[in-house]
Amino acid sequence: MSSSAFPLDPLDRLIVLATQDGLPRVARPYHAVAEQVGAAPAEVMARLQRMLENGVIRRIGAVPNHYALGYKANGMTVWDVADERVDTLGERVGQLESVSHCYQRPRYLPDWPYNLFAMVHGHDRAEVEQKARQIAELLGDACRGHEILYSTRILKKTGLRIA
Amino acid sequence: MDALDRAIINQLQGGFPLCERPYAAVAEQLGSSEDEVLARVERLLRDRVLTRFGPMFHAERLGGGLSLVAMKIPPGDFERVAEIVNAMPEVAHNYAREHALNMWFVLATETPEGQREALDRIERETGFPVYAMPKIREYFVELKLHV
Repeated sequence: MSSSAFPLDPLDRLIVLATQDGLPRVARPYHAVAEQVGAAPAEVMARLQRMLENGVIRRIGAVPNHYALGYKANGMTVWDVADERVDTLGERVGQLESVSHCYQRPRYLPDWPYNLFAMVHGHDRAEVEQKARQIAELLGDACRGHEILYSTRILKKTGLRIA
Repeated sequence: MDALDRAIINQLQGGFPLCERPYAAVAEQLGSSEDEVLARVERLLRDRVLTRFGPMFHAERLGGGLSLVAMKIPPGDFERVAEIVNAMPEVAHNYAREHALNMWFVLATETPEGQREALDRIERETGFPVYAMPKIREYFVELKLHV
């Protein structure tokens, strides 16, 4: 996936700033944003549509608190996967229904040999472990080791902010 | 939480319409009313069943820098370091995890160059080294919890 930046003009930027904490809960939320940034509602919706199309906005939607939904076990599974196979296998791990995020990241040898990260949510640790076994099977002999890092506390959770 | 709450959560994870009256559009799909959906979304946010609602921005495409950062903090220093890290507006999420690397947070900066400066500041203010792990490749990102 490309990570090239798309230039934002001043109006785009105002729209980002006005919505990064969330959309208003009013019948016409995009009109409310338009009023806040001093633009026409149609213009604001067109800008948001363009940002969705070029990937500046991944999606407009909601993020649930997995603890509140009963997903009390949150396991960051990390895997030491052969470099020449990590791209192919990473794509396949990402397709698993149980995996919400999947990335390749740098190792810090010798402390940290893991280069593939897959986030797995379960109602309890047994469910996370069962899902991790599916990942282990998929990786097969390309994997030299793994760990599951459970979260024990949310210390902070806010959206990404640009300013 | 009742069936309508669950339907709203499932629906909104998938996406929220971009149209004049999006709550009414969601209500129509779920066989509810605009007022009811508005009230439910408000309540789910207030009760923190939903933690975010709106556009999910892609930091790198906004021109920013983003990385996952880990730290190895002795128990006696943990709360102090968490306070310093959490106070930084660049830190979006921060989790305590069971591992020698026991603090994991996401650092989002306005520019890629801003990462180094923010990481240096964290090391200076906390006295502990950071393990910055910016993604090399992204294979999949989507929260898909069914309720």
